Order: sequence, then C-alpha cells, then structure tokens
Amino acid sequence: MPILEIDHLQKAYGDTHILHDINISIEPGDFLVLVGPSGCGKSTLLNCIAGLEPITGGTIRIGGRDVTGVSPKDRDIAMVFQSYALYPTMSVARNITFGMQVRGVDKATQAAKLAEVARQLQIEPLLARKPGQLSGGQRQRVAMGRALVRDPKLFLFDEPLSNLDAKLRVSMRTEIKKLHQDLNASIVYVTHDQIEAMTLATKIVVMKGGVIQQIGAPAEIYNRPANMFVADFMGSPAMNLIPAQVRSEGGQTRIEIAREGAAPLVITDPVARQLPAEIVLGVRPEDIHEATGSAHLPGLAQGAGGEVMIEIVEPAGADTFAVTHLGGKPVTARLRAESAVRARAMFPLAFDLSKVSYFSPENGERLN
Amino acid sequence: MTSKAVTSNTMLRWGLYAVLILFALFYLMPLFVMLTTSLKSLEEIRTGSLLSLPRELTFAPWAEAWSSACAGTQCQGLRPFFWNSVLMAVPAVAISTIVGALNGYVFAQWRFRGANLFFAAILFGCFIPFQVVLLPMAQMLGLMGIAGTIPGLIFVHVIYGIGFTTLFFRNYYVTIPQELVRAAKVDGAGFFRIFFAIFLPLSLPIITVSVIWQFTQIWNDFLFGVSFSGPGSQPVTVALNNIVNSTTGVKAYNVDMAAAIIAAAPTLLVYVIAGKYFIRGLTAGSVKG
Repeated sequence: MPILEIDHLQKAYGDTHILHDINISIEPGDFLVLVGPSGCGKSTLLNCIAGLEPITGGTIRIGGRDVTGVSPKDRDIAMVFQSYALYPTMSVARNITFGMQVRGVDKATQAAKLAEVARQLQIEPLLARKPGQLSGGQRQRVAMGRALVRDPKLFLFDEPLSNLDAKLRVSMRTEIKKLHQDLNASIVYVTHDQIEAMTLATKIVVMKGGVIQQIGAPAEIYNRPANMFVADFMGSPAMNLIPAQVRSEGGQTRIEIAREGAAPLVITDPVARQLPAEIVLGVRPEDIHEATGSAHLPGLAQGAGGEVMIEIVEPAGADTFAVTHLGGKPVTARLRAESAVRARAMFPLAFDLSKVSYFSPENGERLN
Repeated sequence: MTSKAVTSNTMLRWGLYAVLILFALFYLMPLFVMLTTSLKSLEEIRTGSLLSLPRELTFAPWAEAWSSACAGTQCQGLRPFFWNSVLMAVPAVAISTIVGALNGYVFAQWRFRGANLFFAAILFGCFIPFQVVLLPMAQMLGLMGIAGTIPGLIFVHVIYGIGFTTLFFRNYYVTIPQELVRAAKVDGAGFFRIFFAIFLPLSLPIITVSVIWQFTQIWNDFLFGVSFSGPGSQPVTVALNNIVNSTTGVKAYNVDMAAAIIAAAPTLLVYVIAGKYFIRGLTAGSVKG
C-alpha cells in the first residue's frame, strides 16, 4: 500500500494556479525529492501534504487514510523547516518533547524517547541549551530530533540544508541519507539543489511552474530526461543541448551540427530513428570523450565525432572540462584530468551515441 | 591622527557636553522649582526668591497634600484619589495589554480575510480625539450601568488603549518567522497553546513598552477622569485640579507643588524602573530563527 498518494491535486489562490494536476504515489521507505527552481511550487506542495495550506482540488492519502481535510496535527507527519523553527525560549530538550507534551504523552515515555533521539543525533550535551546558543549545524540536528521523536508515518523536509555552509551541507546530507537507511523512514524532501536530489532520492519529482515535468528514479531522470527543462536542470555542468539537422539514409541517422567558421560536424547514429528534420541533441559532458585512443569504449561508434576548436580549458582536479562551440551553443566535455587538450587548438571529440537524448525544438519533449 | 585633530576633536566633545548639560538644566528647572517650593514654608515662599534653596526644610506641605488638603468641601488630601487611580490604572493596563497581545498575535500570524481592513480600523481608533467620544461614551456607560464608577473608567481606558497595544504587539509579532507557528501546528499545538507557550515568553520587551505607554496614558488622563467619574471615583489628576483650584484666601503654593509631584510620581517611577526596556522594546526585533 502506498504511504503517500496524491491524486489530481490542484492549488490556486483566486485565479492564480500554483499547482496543476499533481499525481504522486510513494511506497513505504521511499525517499521522494521534490526539486525545481524557486517558484515552481515544490514548497507549496509540501505544505499541502502537511496540511498547512488548504488545497483547491484533489485528494491526499497518507498511509491509506484520506487526510485531505484533516489538520496537520492529525496527519501523523513530522516536518523539518528551512529556518529550523526552533522555539526560541525553550531548551533543546523541551523543543524536542514539546509535541509529545502537547499530545499528553506521559513523562517517562517522553524522557526515554528524548534520550534515544539525543543519542542517535549525538546532541546529548546540548539538551539544556537554548536554540540561540547553538551553531547552524546543531540547530539542524535539533530540528531533526524534533521530527524523529514523533516516529510518524511520513517525514517532510523543507530545504533543510539551505541555511548551512557548503561543507556542513555535504556532511549533513550524508547523515540524512544514513538516517533514512537506518530508520527505513518514508520521506518527502524539498530542495532546489539538483545534487542533493540526486544523492538522496530513491524517487525524484522535477517541477516547473506548478507542473510535474518528470517522476522517476535518479538514474532515469539523469539518463533519460523527459524534456529539455529536466535535461538542463539536472546535472552539473548541465547537459549540452545542441541544435542539429537530421538526414536519414540507408538505415542510419545522419546528424549535422552547424559550426562557425568550419564545415558542419556530421555524426552518424547507427540506429535508424524516426526523427524530425530539426532536433536538439542532448549530450552529458561525461558522454563526450577524447576520440583518440578511446575507440574501445562501448557505445562509441565510428563517425560519432570529429575535430573541434577548443575555446576554454578548465582543469578541476579530478576532471578537465573543455568548452567548444557547436550549433551556436557552448558545449562542455568532461575529459580525463591528464588529457592533453589545449585551448585555441583543434581536438578530436566523440559523442557516446548510446547515451544521447533527442529533443523536439518545438515543445522540448524527448524524442527517443 | 595629528595632535591638532585630536585637540579639535576634544573641543568638539566638550562643546557637545556643554550644550547637552544646558538643555538638561533647562528641562530640569521646573522640577527643581517644584521640589524646592514644596519644601519651603509659605512665609519663605513670600519673602524668598523662586530659585533659591529652602532655608529651613519642611515636610508639612507634603503631609497636607497627601492627607488633609481640601478639594472643594472634602479635606482628605490626595490619598483616597491616589488609590482610585491605582484601582483604575492597574486593571486597565493589564486588560488592554492582554487584549492587545492577542489581537497583535492574530494580525501578525493568523491572517484572515479582511485582516488588513480590521487592522486599519483598529489603528484608526488611535487617532480619534477624546472629545469626540465623550457624549456617546457617557450614554454607553449609562446604559451599561457603570457610569461614574471605577469599572466604567477602566472600560473607557481599555477601549481607548486597545488600538495602541494592538499596534505594538502586531509589529513585534510580525518579525517572528511564520515557520514557528507552522512547526507548532505540526507538533499538535492549537491557537492558545502556541500563544502562551511560544509567543508570550518572547514578549517581555514589548509587554514593557505596552505597560509603560498605557500606564502613562491612563494615570495622566484628565479628560475621561473628569467626565466619567463620580464623587467617590475621581482619579488623582482630577483631585489635583480640585485642590489647586479650590483654595480660599492665601494660595498654598507649597502644598500645590507637593500634590503635583505626588500625582506625577508613579509614571516617573515606572519609567525609571523599566525605561531601558522601553527603548529596547521599541527598537528590538524578536529572535531570529
């Protein structure tokens, strides 16, 4: 039975539609990440799940129970907020036990649960302090403790890491993942950070303008983006989206990419495909390889590349990024760190055609 | 920094102090005259200079002002009226502050349809001149059967104070992040639980502001006091006026001065005790999340 089922959810303020026909279903133990640029409605959706925002249409079921009109406290959820929202005048211990106290849980149970959560999150020395005396990372832990202690059916996280510095964010990310594995909890997590989405999720929902663009496992979202928006949004550096022309001849697909100051780059996809004349070729930076000496790479067919003019070279330690211009767009290739690539020189690059995506330039939808 | 600059800097500083001291003296002058006059005998007031210190200290005018000065035909001093003022001001301040806190909490954190209009209407109440409401209020108090009583005065002052106290608390609570209320809702707390467990403990600075403001307004009020009180319920400001205006024969300046200081003392005292919180509460926001 799904732990969370959202069915044809609509949300509007007057005539302004915030969420359009949202359908999501997750199983117990799933880690669902709602991701998208700011203003895409992901936080509103989370607040609707929590019951903090009324919805205009559709239903929400948590653990099989219809909670559409139920108040937040009766939804069996716990929530971690972006600002942590710790009660400033209460000690850490009281912050964590406040919910139990409100619900009239007896003192002994409260103390036992508090001790358990404090040990789990390693915040035992902080229990007597006030939130104002804690660092950002410590507040984050306390906010998680407040959620964990409730032992709810569903955890909701609203951009919980966005107020932390970069280093702490990475370590807390790992901790959240570990917590999810240890507890086998069901989580809905909102973020605008696509790396957070990729690393944490078992299932990702990419949103834009209140509309779901794609739902799928991280690998599926990354490798087979449903449209150009998802392709561009997920992954860093972003997927290269190159306008190109298609000629089908003899069971093969010939793709021509215009170049400035040189003949078009022609690549041949050995698979016969039904493609329109104008397409956008989507290729991840790591799927562009150095052509020489990499012919043995699987999926790297003959004629899948050519010599291109490299404009900028960015060594990043583990990789070297090379930027060229194809079809009027900058195109980034992720090469080996020890690559001999030089700026302002020709260099042979090849596309891994088994991994490319084809998009329609008219509506941005995936074609293959 | 050169020595010349240091010198001019020091001179500037001294000049500044001189001006400030001058202004302070200017403002303290009336209080000085009141205090010295109240400690002189009538004989000395007649013969001496206004600004001179008393040659012989006497506390007799203070005793008279407190317990035996005559207001009209009654010669009980300020004492009974002082207690009237206390009985009026303390509940009126407490009630208007509590109501203002609840109003502010709703306007800041529980937005409802038409909230802005309601808030504007309440603010408008701050700017209605007292004189305008005298007649309708008198009628209303009569209908309620509390005309000429201390509860009647409390009622009037609470109504008039709510506009200001609502404004204070609303502006203070607006700075508290909304996520705090959301977190408490998810934790299962309701409207009053959130108010008493989370908002009220954060409110000490603004409660201080509200109490000082309201106490000063209510204690010092004369118009409502003189309009809506009966013979037994007059506040101290009205009694002071009666004492000063109903002397026969020689004017007892020393008793008048002592009475004026007694009438003004509580508001001064409240400000001296809680004044620094007043400034802090007016300027400080709340706690950052």
